Amino acid sequence: MDSLQTYLFISAILFSLGLYGVITRRNGIAVLMGIELILNSANINFIAFARFGGMNLSGHVFALFVIIMAAAEAAVALAIIINIFNNLQTVNIDEAQQLKL
Amino acid sequence: MTGDMLINYALGILFLPLLSFIILILVGKRLPRQGDWVAIGSVLITLILSLAMFGSMLLSHDPGFSHEASIEWMDLGAFRIELGFLIDNITIVMLLVVALISTMTHVFSIKYMAGDIRYSRYYAYLGLFTFSMNGIVLANNLFSLYIFWELVGVSSYLLIGHWFEKDSAADAGKKAFLTNRVGDIGFFIGVMLIFTALGTFNYGEIFQGVAQGDMAGTLLTLAGIGLFMGAIGKSSQFPLHIWLPDAMEGPTPVSALMHAATMVAAGVFLTVRLFPIFTPEALLFIAYVGGFTAIFAATIAITQNDIKKVLAYSTVSQLGYMILAVGTGAYIAGFFHLVTHAMFKACLFYGSGSVIHAMHHALHNKHDHDTDPQDMRNMGGFKSKMPVTYWTMVVAALAISGVPLFSGFLSKDAILAGTLAFGTHHPQHFLLPIFGFGAALITAFYMFRLIFMTFHNEPKLPELYDDINESPKEMTFPLVLLSTLSVFIFYTLPYFNPLSDHGWFMELVKAKDSMVPGNPSAHEIAEGIHHSHTLTMILSTLVAALGIFLSWSVYLKKRISADAWAEKLTPYYNLSLNKYFFDENYDKYLYQPLLRLADRISFIDWDLYDKYFINGFGHVTKWLSFLTGRTDYDGLDQTIVDGLGRSMSKAGSTLKEVQTGRLQNYMLFALFGVVIIVIFQSF
Repeated sequence: MDSLQTYLFISAILFSLGLYGVITRRNGIAVLMGIELILNSANINFIAFARFGGMNLSGHVFALFVIIMAAAEAAVALAIIINIFNNLQTVNIDEAQQLKL
Repeated sequence: MTGDMLINYALGILFLPLLSFIILILVGKRLPRQGDWVAIGSVLITLILSLAMFGSMLLSHDPGFSHEASIEWMDLGAFRIELGFLIDNITIVMLLVVALISTMTHVFSIKYMAGDIRYSRYYAYLGLFTFSMNGIVLANNLFSLYIFWELVGVSSYLLIGHWFEKDSAADAGKKAFLTNRVGDIGFFIGVMLIFTALGTFNYGEIFQGVAQGDMAGTLLTLAGIGLFMGAIGKSSQFPLHIWLPDAMEGPTPVSALMHAATMVAAGVFLTVRLFPIFTPEALLFIAYVGGFTAIFAATIAITQNDIKKVLAYSTVSQLGYMILAVGTGAYIAGFFHLVTHAMFKACLFYGSGSVIHAMHHALHNKHDHDTDPQDMRNMGGFKSKMPVTYWTMVVAALAISGVPLFSGFLSKDAILAGTLAFGTHHPQHFLLPIFGFGAALITAFYMFRLIFMTFHNEPKLPELYDDINESPKEMTFPLVLLSTLSVFIFYTLPYFNPLSDHGWFMELVKAKDSMVPGNPSAHEIAEGIHHSHTLTMILSTLVAALGIFLSWSVYLKKRISADAWAEKLTPYYNLSLNKYFFDENYDKYLYQPLLRLADRISFIDWDLYDKYFINGFGHVTKWLSFLTGRTDYDGLDQTIVDGLGRSMSKAGSTLKEVQTGRLQNYMLFALFGVVIIVIFQSF
């Protein structure tokens, strides 16, 4: 069980779930959650390659960067969604189409 | 006076009248008195300058004087054209004649033309004429001469047609212009023949070339006859004499200036200038044309009833005299007659103008607009009413008849002597002296017929008689001056012999030798004239006396009935009265066939060539362009050009459906793309 394939498999499932969420959900917050899943699947990959691929601590450092970046991204994205909600009384991203011709 | 000063004077003489023309044509109507003072002032200065030149000629007394100056107008390699002046004694005398008659005409016209609707334009045209006439006189080459030659034609046309509201005046102007064109074609051919052969237009160089034999024989004869054709047209010689009598439609002062004294003399002046290059054959042709014209026109003048027509035919006849003189070699006599004739003929015309003016006023007072004021049959008895006009006209008539003591006697005598000498040397040409003396007889007859019919006898229209008055001073002054100048003394000074033409004129204006081999020298001609002088004098005096006597018995004493003779000679009378039917025959045999020919040609041109050939081309082109239009528009434009655009727009509108604006869709497409790449990679 303790092998690279297992981690990559879990990471792939997480990525697919995240991608599915991003593509199919109409709720903006749910889309953000999908993005969070994709980022974390990438983190699993980094750690797994660090553990089995001989990358030493570089993988851990990258994962830390990704967590920090994800936090920043979540802050900005949530702020946008709150603003959308304030203006449109909805978080459905299909209805946020005022810039469309 | 130095030559350069003469040139400056000549420039003034030439350009002052042009200046007056320009001023009057531009602003004439707005000037006080419609600007006649501009014209009169300029022509008066011209007269003063001419008098100064004349005085210096008399003082220096140099028969061979000649001064030339020219500027280059264009230089086209082999073709060099100059404009220039040639001032010799002939020029100076002629300039004085032109300036004098022109001044008199300007003065005479003040009253004659008073109240005319185109008064200022009339004076403007007189200025243009004086300019062009002086140009002819001053020219030192055939090219400048030709320019001014045509310019006098234009001013003649404009002045004949001055009263163009009258159809007859407009037609007469056109007739004069077109008839002159016929002669000018010959003139142009002559000029070009000379230029081709000798490569120059300059008189002096032409004479030199002819003297060296660079141009001789038939070619020179042809060139001479060509140049003479210009003179035939301008000086109204047979067979182009038809325009001058019609030109009398112009105002009478114009008739006096142009159609009697100066412009028509331009042809004579030309032959005098170019005398040294005429070959014997050309001179013979000239002599016969002149001699025939002299007697032919005189026979027409006998029967005319219009006072101006009589004078017009008399002018044609006298011009024939001058031409005859040139043809027989006595060309200085011809030039002399030109000068004396200018004086007395202008005087006669002013006299007729004065009479017409009086008649016109009398008729105007009676509100009679149907009676012809120029018809001598309506006149008679004016002698006591218009004494100044009468006496001046009598003097001029005596002069033109060649009565001793008057200028005409001297010049006519010289011509007749030349003709007689020529006839004695060449007995086969006996007709020439007969033409000369015959014309002299008839001239005396018809001139006194005019005087008697106008001034003597009972008034034909008594109701007008009381209204006939002498003309104002502006009109009688030229009459008096010119009749005075018809006395012999002004031409024979410093001598007082009325029977000999010996005087300043003959001393200063000397004949040049002909440059053509075979022609008699000036000396030989002078000898011939000298020998036949006495006989001529007796004959011509007898002839003049006979003419006057006949006229006196027919028209004053009525001893011979003119009507009875007209009855007896009906066919001849009718011929003369109708001017030998020249206009009718020209119309029938020349104009009408030409018009018909033009009609035919225009049929070919318009109905055949234009209609089928030119229009056919048009049809074919139209059809072709229709076809290419179809191919271009329906074929290319609709399918390829528009089709491409349409297919693009269709593709665009189809593809735009993909652009939903939804990020999730794009992501899905990206996912599909990745999946496809992965699938492709794995194979």
